[in-house]
Amino acid sequence: MKQGSMFRKKTVPLLTMISPVTAWLILLIALPLLYMLVISFCGTDDSHNIVFRFTLKNYAKLFDPTILSIYSNSLIIALLTTVICILVAYPFAYIMASTTPFRKTLMMIFLMLPFWTNSVIRLYSWRTLLGVNGYINILLMKIGLIEAPIEMLFTRGAVVLGMVYTLLPFMVLPLLTVIDKLDGGLIEASGDLGAKPAQTFLHVTLPLTAPGIFAGSIMVFIPCLGYFFVSNLMGGGTSQLIGNVISRQFKEAFNWPYGAALAIMLILITLLIVKIYTKTGGSIDDLGVM
Amino acid sequence: MRRRRKNAIKKHTSRVFSALVYLFLYAPIAVVILFSFNTSKRNVLFEGFTLDWYAKMAGNTALLESFKNTLLVAGISTAIATVIGTITAIAMFRYKFRGKSIIDLLLYIPVVIPEIVLGIALLSVFSLVNVPLGLGSMIVAHVTFQIPFIVFTVRARLSGFDRSIEDAAMDLGANRIKVLTGITIPIIAPGIVSGAVLAFTLSIDDIIISFFTTGAKSTTFPLKIMELVRSGVSPDVYALSTIIILATFVIVLISQITVYRANKKSVKL
Amino acid sequence: MAKAIVEIKNVNKFYGDNHVVKDLNMEIAEGEFLSILGPSGCGKTTTLRMIAGFEQQTQGVITVEGERVENKEPFERNVNTVFQSYALFPHMNVTDNVAYGLKMKKVKKPEISERVENALSMVQLEGFGKRFPAQLSGGQRQRVAIARAIINNPRVLLLDEPLGALDMKLRKQMQIELKNLQKRLGITFVYVTHDQEEALTMSDRIAVMNDGVLEQIGVPADIYEKPATKFVADFIGETNIFEAIEVSADAAGQVALKSEIGEITGTDSEFSEGEIVYLSVRPEKTLLSAAPVSGYALRGTVRENIYIGTVTKTTVILQNGQEIRVANAAGSSVPEAGSALYVYWNPSDAVIIHSKSGKIIDAFENVDLSEYVEGSA
Repeated sequence: MKQGSMFRKKTVPLLTMISPVTAWLILLIALPLLYMLVISFCGTDDSHNIVFRFTLKNYAKLFDPTILSIYSNSLIIALLTTVICILVAYPFAYIMASTTPFRKTLMMIFLMLPFWTNSVIRLYSWRTLLGVNGYINILLMKIGLIEAPIEMLFTRGAVVLGMVYTLLPFMVLPLLTVIDKLDGGLIEASGDLGAKPAQTFLHVTLPLTAPGIFAGSIMVFIPCLGYFFVSNLMGGGTSQLIGNVISRQFKEAFNWPYGAALAIMLILITLLIVKIYTKTGGSIDDLGVM
Repeated sequence: MRRRRKNAIKKHTSRVFSALVYLFLYAPIAVVILFSFNTSKRNVLFEGFTLDWYAKMAGNTALLESFKNTLLVAGISTAIATVIGTITAIAMFRYKFRGKSIIDLLLYIPVVIPEIVLGIALLSVFSLVNVPLGLGSMIVAHVTFQIPFIVFTVRARLSGFDRSIEDAAMDLGANRIKVLTGITIPIIAPGIVSGAVLAFTLSIDDIIISFFTTGAKSTTFPLKIMELVRSGVSPDVYALSTIIILATFVIVLISQITVYRANKKSVKL
Repeated sequence: MAKAIVEIKNVNKFYGDNHVVKDLNMEIAEGEFLSILGPSGCGKTTTLRMIAGFEQQTQGVITVEGERVENKEPFERNVNTVFQSYALFPHMNVTDNVAYGLKMKKVKKPEISERVENALSMVQLEGFGKRFPAQLSGGQRQRVAIARAIINNPRVLLLDEPLGALDMKLRKQMQIELKNLQKRLGITFVYVTHDQEEALTMSDRIAVMNDGVLEQIGVPADIYEKPATKFVADFIGETNIFEAIEVSADAAGQVALKSEIGEITGTDSEFSEGEIVYLSVRPEKTLLSAAPVSGYALRGTVRENIYIGTVTKTTVILQNGQEIRVANAAGSSVPEAGSALYVYWNPSDAVIIHSKSGKIIDAFENVDLSEYVEGSA
């Protein structure tokens, strides 16, 4: 009887509440990822069907020089994007944290507003601005920085710009959180103890806000590796990312096993980065939720 | 004296810097709006004002269809994800059970791994079990990446929740369903709403997951634009985007003002 | 005693291996104000939550109005609770909070509004109906929580440290109000608290719990003056405790005892030669004398006097290092610090506590008692 009442009071509500999500997560996250792992060790026949026979050739192909150069290009773009995001977002978050609550809310709304709207169209309109005959070239010539229009679009720089443009708030938000929590008394104490502002920044502010920098970096770096559409729009195919290669295997070359192997590689890189992050004291809870 | 000047300089650089960041963020949006009124079809320079593109957009059924699909997918997937995610968050807040950490781990996967991985994994499984690719498969895929965001935002809201409030309701005669619908859910409603809004925007703006999980016939607005990029995006797309952007701005501003006012009222809690 | 409205029989509660309520037996009489008093973690809140139905006992029976309740959900029991955190519904105004229980019972609207008004006036909150909990002070929230519970006319009202979050002054005021309210309504109150003063002022009876065990249940005067266990003597007010062995008794019930430091005297109706007991004397009953007092071999040195208004507290250190607290009423002469004095009391003021378990007291474990008793006779 007692068992029955426990069952009625706890087990039944728990099972009703938790089974939909459990089923969903297992069927649509766990199994698909496992299946991808399985096909990454398979081959294909002539009509691109998956042949379930164990092979390592997909993984061997990952060390092809052209693929390696795409990996390095991808990592360079992700790294550049992350560094630029830090350099822009840090002072911006600092300004936000030190202004009045009303202005801060306002700055926050106007930071987030663009991200409630279609990112493809916003990226696409950069092509108008950056084009050879576009307004930026016109402006640069007017102020005499350049004599002839320069090609800015379809370069690695354009891809990085697109990435920064798309991912900047993901750097600002975690930074704002840590800077907000910063105890102003510590800055004053450091000054009181004779540190110049630069020294205070280096020895007090920076170490205390480092967790935000790490969290933001992960939230910028990892998506960069996969955002093939940014490279399509801004690089026009000149600057290939891992994401572009994977996408091509699935949508054009129809070599899914090879694409799966590339994706497994991408997961491994991601896990490595997250592992380093948590090992250095980062909290997984700080990632992802805005 | 010197100190005051230093502060003034600091203030100035702050303002200039912020202005530049906002210029960077809003310049492309300004271009979208401006060029939707441009007489030239080529989106290079502004040549003259016209409303032609808005008329043209109204007749572009393929474009409107894609936008309708976007709203449909976002609406349905957000509704499903909000229900599942909210219930999950409440259950995980209330109960300790075996396998909780596994659910937690699975929830983090879509947040942390690059979207493209989830996209192709879902595509692989859909084709394995012969799920036809279209709006249905896309909705399922969207729900999958939306659930964690709902769970996390609702959970954040629940972390300050006093469980004896639920006990009190039960003590006063409310059964479990009434406690959930009349007490718990209304109290955490702000968390549910912000989670749902976030999930909705993620869905509307999604390119990568949709790219892999939809079929040739059912395209969304972002995918349509990607498709048009090759042949050149004509300003009627800008016209539709302008309407969407302005509508979004109005909605966000109104909701933010409401939230700001509501917060100001209930700070004491 | 009136008829029991709540009966707790042989109740045990385990959280995993953690035994939080041990063999609890308690009868709560209809219409009484019973406090369950004890330190945090003593099982008092768990007991309350078992009566309310939020927790299920592992073993034993709980009945309310003669009916077993283990299969009744909290929402099926005719008891209501006032929570420590008040647990007001933040999204409802005061009226809706108070009306909630009646709405759940599907009471008609006009009746609800009438009863809400009555309940609010009973806790002196007329006109606060439209306010939200966030707009109320702590004391006002407290009153709403009480109104929300009593409006349902429960047979038993359970209160879980309801005044814990209030400041001292408001607390005292609410104690009186609560007591008056209980008298007026005639509802049985079960009041959980860790504040012994609060329990003493408000209760008809007090149940003292420690470590999951019911140590003593009785009227406040008995709890204070005739503590049944060492814990009760120690926890309720201040006291001086001696461990001693009973030696002899005279016809009047006066008992001679042997403590570690020497002879002491008390009264005991249940004298049993050779039994090891505790002897407890309240500081206000403890006396000091310049000359030795027959029957008391307690010589000590005054360490300090602390003036605290109504009394001056004197600490005396006995020769074995034990600290004795003596309370001198204001105005009486206070011994000088450092002076050597003798401690004694009226035998009738000392309470002898029979250690129920019969366990040898720790302090005596390494002492050869028989030799001690004979040698000093």
